[in-house]
Amino acid sequence: MKYQAVIGLEVHVQLLTNTKIFCGCSTRFGAEPNSQTCPVCLGLPGALPVLNRRVVEFAVRAGLATNCAIAPRSIFARKNYFYPDLPKGYQISQYELAICSAGHLDIDVDGETKRIGITRIHMEEDAGKLVHLDTMEAGEKSYVDLNRACTPLLEVVSEPDLRSADEAVAYLKKLHQIVVYLGICDGNMEEGSFRCDANVSLMPVGAGEFGTRAELKNINSFRFVKQAIEYEIERQAEILDDGGKVVQETRLFDPATGTTRSMRGKEEAHDYRYFPDPDLVPLVVSDDWIAEIRGTLPELPDAKKARYTGEFGLPEYDAEVLSASRDIADYFDACVALYPQAKPVSNWVMGEVLRALKEDNRAVADCPVTPRLLTEMLRLVEQGTISGKIAKTVFDEMYKTGKEPAGIVEEKGLVQVSDSGAIEQIIDEVLVANPDNVEQYRGGKEKLFGFFVGQVMKASRGKANPALVNELLLKKLKG
Amino acid sequence: MELYELTIHELHEKLKKREVSSVEATKSLLARIDAVEEKVKAFITVTPEEALKNAEAADKRIAAGEMDLLTGIPIALKDIFLTEGILTTCASRILSNFIPPYDATAAARLKERGMVLLGKLNQDEFAMGSSTETSWFGKTRNPWNLECIPGGSSGGSAAAVAAQQAVATLGTDTGGSIRQPAAHCGCVGLKPTYGRVSRYGVIAFASSLDQVGPITRDVTDCAIMLGAVAGHDPKDSTSVDTPVPDYLKALTGEVRGLRIGLPREYFIEGLDPDVKKAMDDAIATFRGLGAGFVEMSLPHTEHAIAVYYLIATAEASSNLARYDGVRFGYRNPDARGLLDMYMVSRDEGFGAEVKRRIMLGTYALSSGYYDAYYLKAQKVRTLITRDFIDAFESVDLILTPVAPTPAFRIGEKENDPLQMYLSDIFTIPVNLAGTCGVSVPAGFNGDGLPIGLQLIGRPFGEETVLRAAHAFEQATEWHKRKAAI
Ligand SMILES: [Zn+2]
Repeated sequence: MKYQAVIGLEVHVQLLTNTKIFCGCSTRFGAEPNSQTCPVCLGLPGALPVLNRRVVEFAVRAGLATNCAIAPRSIFARKNYFYPDLPKGYQISQYELAICSAGHLDIDVDGETKRIGITRIHMEEDAGKLVHLDTMEAGEKSYVDLNRACTPLLEVVSEPDLRSADEAVAYLKKLHQIVVYLGICDGNMEEGSFRCDANVSLMPVGAGEFGTRAELKNINSFRFVKQAIEYEIERQAEILDDGGKVVQETRLFDPATGTTRSMRGKEEAHDYRYFPDPDLVPLVVSDDWIAEIRGTLPELPDAKKARYTGEFGLPEYDAEVLSASRDIADYFDACVALYPQAKPVSNWVMGEVLRALKEDNRAVADCPVTPRLLTEMLRLVEQGTISGKIAKTVFDEMYKTGKEPAGIVEEKGLVQVSDSGAIEQIIDEVLVANPDNVEQYRGGKEKLFGFFVGQVMKASRGKANPALVNELLLKKLKG
Repeated sequence: MELYELTIHELHEKLKKREVSSVEATKSLLARIDAVEEKVKAFITVTPEEALKNAEAADKRIAAGEMDLLTGIPIALKDIFLTEGILTTCASRILSNFIPPYDATAAARLKERGMVLLGKLNQDEFAMGSSTETSWFGKTRNPWNLECIPGGSSGGSAAAVAAQQAVATLGTDTGGSIRQPAAHCGCVGLKPTYGRVSRYGVIAFASSLDQVGPITRDVTDCAIMLGAVAGHDPKDSTSVDTPVPDYLKALTGEVRGLRIGLPREYFIEGLDPDVKKAMDDAIATFRGLGAGFVEMSLPHTEHAIAVYYLIATAEASSNLARYDGVRFGYRNPDARGLLDMYMVSRDEGFGAEVKRRIMLGTYALSSGYYDAYYLKAQKVRTLITRDFIDAFESVDLILTPVAPTPAFRIGEKENDPLQMYLSDIFTIPVNLAGTCGVSVPAGFNGDGLPIGLQLIGRPFGEETVLRAAHAFEQATEWHKRKAAI
C-alpha cells in the first residue's frame, strides 16, 4: 500500500541570555560542574523562581518572526516528574496558556512554497546533566551537574503539516536560520542549543485520519533528522504492510546505525500532572512592549531575499546565498551601502570572501577584509587602476595583512599598465618567442588567440590592461 | 518580675534606658528554656551560642545609639524558616541533616534589625497538621495543660511564647497554622494578607496559601513584628509591592463606628459552649467600645475544607518532590539503584500525614481527575474569595471563633484525620481568600484552657484588624494571664 507520512516537529531552542530563566546565575557553557548554581537552580527548600525579563523578550521576538499571536497574559505551569537532573522534581514550563501561538513559516521544497503551521512557542527551563562514571575506584556512579539547570529554552511546536523528511529538514533549517538571525540562539546543534524531536505517523494515501505516531528523540543535526524520519517511515510502512499496528511510543535515534529504537521503561504514558505554578504570577505582556520589541526585529531572511532580487536585481541564487546567514547578509549590506553596485559586490562576497573565510574557518564578522577595504578595492577596479585579475592578488594580501588596497597596489607595483607602447613591446617579444604559434594562428588556427593573451598577461605579471591587450594583439597578429 | 516575662515593647524600653542589657535578657530566656523545655518541648534546636553572640552585637548597637524596636530582643523561629548555618528541618526526618546556605527573607529582616536568635521551633512535619503531633522530633505540649496539644502547625511557636521561652516568634499559616495554636496557647497570632510577607526561604507547603506571621504576647508586639518582616521582596514574585504602613500608629484604641460582621456559617449549632460564651462576651465588649454588629453570610463556607484539602495537597505533592535524597537531606544509604533510592528515602524520610497528603495531592492532579478535583476546587476557591469581597462592601471586619473547641488532648484526634481537619474550619477560608486575620485571647474554658477570637480584615487591612484587636485587648484582662508550668 502507499502511505502518506505526517510529521510534526518539536524544537528546543536554547536562548542566548546571560543569565538563567528564573535566577541570576550565568548561562556560560563549559564551566566547572555546579559552579554556576544558587539556591533557586539547585532547587533548595524555600527558594523561589523570578522570571528573567529578557527571556520573555526573546520569546516575543521568536513569536513575531514566526507570525504568531502574542498572548497578553500567559501562565507558567509545573511539569512534574522525578529525575536526578531535575532538582525540584518538576520543570517550570508553559502548558495551557503559552506566550505565542498560531504562527507559521513558509518553506520552499522542489521549487514550491508551502506554509507550515506553528501551534505554539512556549518558555521553559532546561534540566541539568548527569555524568555517569564507571571506574575501578569509584564503581558505578552517577554525578549531577546543575550548571545547565534553569537555563532558558523555547519550545517551538509545529502543526503536523510536514509530509516528508525533506519538508521537515527545510522547516527546521528555516527555523534555525530565523532564531540565529534574531540573535536569540547560537544555533549550535552539536552542543544542543538547537535540538529537535519529531512526531512521525503514516496514513494510507488519501485517508483523512492520521495514524498512530512515534516520537523520535535525540536528533541533533539536519542530516540526522532526514535519516531518522526516513528510517521511521520505512519502519512503520513495513509494520502496516504486515498487517501490524504502530505502537505509540518514544523512540531514540541512533546516529551510529541511522535507526530508531524503542526507549525501554518509558512505554507507559507519563502523567506529568501539569498545574499552574503558584510561585509565579501570570505573565502580562503589554501591547506597548510588543510594539517596542517589534521595532528591534532585524530584517528576516525572506524579506532580505526579496529586497536582493527586487531592489538590487540580483539572481535568485545570489539572494539565497547572501541571505542564508545574518553575518553574510550584514557584510553584504554594509558593502552595498559603501559601493552601491550589488552584482560586483555579490560576486566578490560569494566568491573570494566566502572562499577565504571557509579555508580559514573564520566567521564573517572576523573577516580581515572589512566592507570598507573590499569596496575601496572594487573602486580601484572600476577606475581601471587595477585589473580584475590583479584585484584577486590585492584581496589575498588584504586578507593576510588587513592593509589598505591602494597601499598594496603601490607597494607591490600592481598598477594596471594601460600604456599601449609598453604593451606593444611585450606583445612583440611574445610573438618573437613563439614563431610557430604565430604561423599556425595566421594559418587559421584562431583558437590560439587565448594562448597569446595568456603569454602577454604573464609577461606583464598580470598588470597589462586586458582590453588593451586584446585590441593590440589582434592588430599585430592580423597585421 | 523576671526578664523573660517581658513583651517586646517592655523589654525595648528597658534596653533603651540601659536598665538591662540584651545579654542579660538573653540569659534570662535561655535559663527559662532550660527550666521548662523538658515539659513543653517547643524547640527542635536551641542556639545559645548564636543567641549570646547576637546579644553582644545588639548591646554594641544599642551603645552606639543605632537601636531598632527589635534590637536585642530574644526571638525564636519556626523550623520552617531557613537560617544560614543553622539546622533547619521542617520537623521532618528527610531534612534532619539540612543546614541551609542562606537565610529566609523574613529571618534576614529580623537579623538586620538586631534580633537575638534563640533557636528553631517545633511544628507539624512540613506544617501539615493542627496539633504539632506529626513532628519527627516529638510532640510539643500546651503550656496551659501539658496533656493537651498546643495546636498546629506552628505549635512550637505558640507554646514558646505562652511558656515564656521566647519574647516573640514567627510562624507560618497555610490553613490556620498561626491563628489556631495562638488561640490554643493564649497568644496573639496574625496571618497577614497573602503577599504581605516574603515566602523566600520559607519551606513551602502550599505555595498559594502559605503566609508568614508573628505569634506574640500582645497586639503591640504583633504590630512591631509584622512591621519588621512585611514588605516587597524581589526574590518572591508573589510578594506584593505595596507600602508597609506604621502598624503601631494604627493602635489608637478607637473602634467607634466600626462595622463588624457575624457570619451565620461560623456560629453553628454544636459550637463548644465555652467558645460560644467567649464570643458573646467579646461581642458585648466591642459593643461597649462603640462598634456595631451585623449578621451576614459567607455562603460558600461549607466547601472550604474540601477545597483546601484539594489545593493544599496538590501544591504540596509538587513542592515536596525535591526531597528525593539526591542533593540534600536524608538518603537511605543502602538503597540500590535510582528508583530504590527515591522510594526508600522518601518512604523513610516522610511521616504518615505527609505521605497521606502527597498521595491526595498527586491524585487530585492526575490526568482524568484534574478537572473534577483541582480545577473545580480552584473555581470554588474563587467563589469563597468572592464571598469575602462582597462581605467587605458592608462590613469593616468579620468576627468569628478561631477554632470550634479549645485545645484537645494529645492523641485524641491523631488517628482521625477528618476530625483533625475540621479543627481548622474557621481559619481555612481566610487563607483561601488570601486575606488577613488575627487571633486574640478572648477567655478560658472551665479547665483553664484559652479561647481565641478571630478578626478577619480586608486584603491589606492589617491596620484595622490590629486596631480592633488592640482595643479589645485593652478592654479585657485575658492576655495578662500566664500559663503556670
Ligand atoms: Zn541559579
